[in-house]
Amino acid sequence: MNGTRLWAYAAGIGVLAALIVLPQGLKPYGISLLSRWAVMAIAAVGLNLTLGYAGQISLAQAAFLGIGAYTTAILTTHGWPFWSALLLAGGLGFGIGWLLGYPALRVQHHYLAFVTLAFMTMAYLIFRNEAWLTGGVFGINRVPRPSLLGWPATKPLAYYYVCLGALAIVLAGSWWMIRSPWGRAFVALRENPRRAMSLGVDIRAYTLLAFAFGAALGCIAGVFFAPLVEFVDPSAFTLADSLGLLLMVVVGGSGYFFGPLLGAMVAVLLPEWLRMAQGLYLIYYAVFVMVLMVFCPSGILGLFDKILRSLSRSAPLAVRKEAQR
Amino acid sequence: MSAVLEVSDLRKSFGGITAVDGVSLSVAESEIVGVIGPNGSGKSTLFDCILGQLLPTAGTVRVDGREVTGMRPCDLNRLGVSRTFQMLQVFPQLSVRENLILAGQEHRGSMLRRLMGAGDAGLSGAAQRMIEFFRLQHLADEFAGELSYGQQKLLDVAMAFMSGPRLVLLDEPAGGVNLTMLATLRERLRDINREQRATFVVIEHNMDFVMSLCSRIIVLAQGRVICEGAPETVRADPQVIEAYLGH
Repeated sequence: MNGTRLWAYAAGIGVLAALIVLPQGLKPYGISLLSRWAVMAIAAVGLNLTLGYAGQISLAQAAFLGIGAYTTAILTTHGWPFWSALLLAGGLGFGIGWLLGYPALRVQHHYLAFVTLAFMTMAYLIFRNEAWLTGGVFGINRVPRPSLLGWPATKPLAYYYVCLGALAIVLAGSWWMIRSPWGRAFVALRENPRRAMSLGVDIRAYTLLAFAFGAALGCIAGVFFAPLVEFVDPSAFTLADSLGLLLMVVVGGSGYFFGPLLGAMVAVLLPEWLRMAQGLYLIYYAVFVMVLMVFCPSGILGLFDKILRSLSRSAPLAVRKEAQR
Repeated sequence: MSAVLEVSDLRKSFGGITAVDGVSLSVAESEIVGVIGPNGSGKSTLFDCILGQLLPTAGTVRVDGREVTGMRPCDLNRLGVSRTFQMLQVFPQLSVRENLILAGQEHRGSMLRRLMGAGDAGLSGAAQRMIEFFRLQHLADEFAGELSYGQQKLLDVAMAFMSGPRLVLLDEPAGGVNLTMLATLRERLRDINREQRATFVVIEHNMDFVMSLCSRIIVLAQGRVICEGAPETVRADPQVIEAYLGH
């Protein structure tokens, strides 16, 4: 058990070192890809909280990404500081996510999916049609990158470190939450709400919190997304993008702490590796997902878990505990 | 002796079917009361109405003299009322220990304190004692879903006691449990009853189990109480025999 833990720490430090050092030698395009990964991973970590841990399906994560991105674009192009956008977007996401949680108190599964889908569609229409606020289909140009305590993070590499730092903070925060009694209550909510309720778990509060925190992280990802691409338009926040985020969570391993990081990596990098396939890329991705779902519905980390489990019986438990709790 | 649980004239209809038809009962502190009756006599519906899982059509439920009719199960649980379900209800993706900690964590402090406080909510010790009490030591860190049916059943019952409840409603605790484990279960329930003065209401089909555990038995048939009394009185009652054996 202790060996597994040591090994997990070593792997974690190795990955972190690679994420810090590797981009030094990359061209701006590679750096922007990694930045995109970090930003999408934040949104996916949020969705994993709602879907993976608390078991509440949401097809609206891209809407929150959009709300965060537009909030940032509008505020910062009007001269407000980046931090004000971060605070406002986080608060907005929490509030709207909380409200979106109410339908989940009444409907579940695919009915809930439809409710969140309706919200997604509505948000997209607002992004596209309310031109006075969002710039409509032309979007908002020249979203500035922030400076941190007087240090301008405008160069791609500098901004990448900002995104990576944000991801690290988000991960630390959600790790804390998942390991607190809240995390246990979220899992109970996912597995058996009726029983959880009879044990004193306030299902209503935890459902709303799961939506609120998931949405807030979606918005925070949007806050970092807007300055990254320096241009915000509605085409980045469609239902397809919500489904993309959902896939990141599912492919990585829904309910596994590091699942969304892996899923986001696959979703961001796979199109690049499959570039030569051009139009066929989506078909390859679809086939990959289908094969994964048939053989391992619990995603890549689930597959990893399965392999470890077949190797020995005591190890997987420890790994699962490290990964999942 | 004051009544821990007092149900008066409770009714529950589903469309044209009346599942519980004017049930009144009173359970005193540290009593162990059995509720028996043929299938479909309204036992589980009665439990669901008492515990806020279902809203009764009419009637009232009082716990320690306080009216709790229609109160949310989680709030009722914090008042010291706990239950188990007829169907096995543990959390398969949590370990035995985690299941027990979960079962006790919502009873102290605020939501915020639960977020900011220790991961085990200060319940590791209590969970360990419960594990030893129900002899689940060798399984403490296994996923609950990987336990045998009987072991899960023991865990299910143990979870109901993690919050130190005053009143516990057990819905068929003996169903599908082998004889050895049944003896353990009966022994543990008696211990808790004696040491913590906890009050039990037990729905059970296993007559030996219910007759040997309970001091008083309530018999339901077609949503009504048809007989009430000591095990031997109930066993000899012609109405009870008729309800079970038919005309």
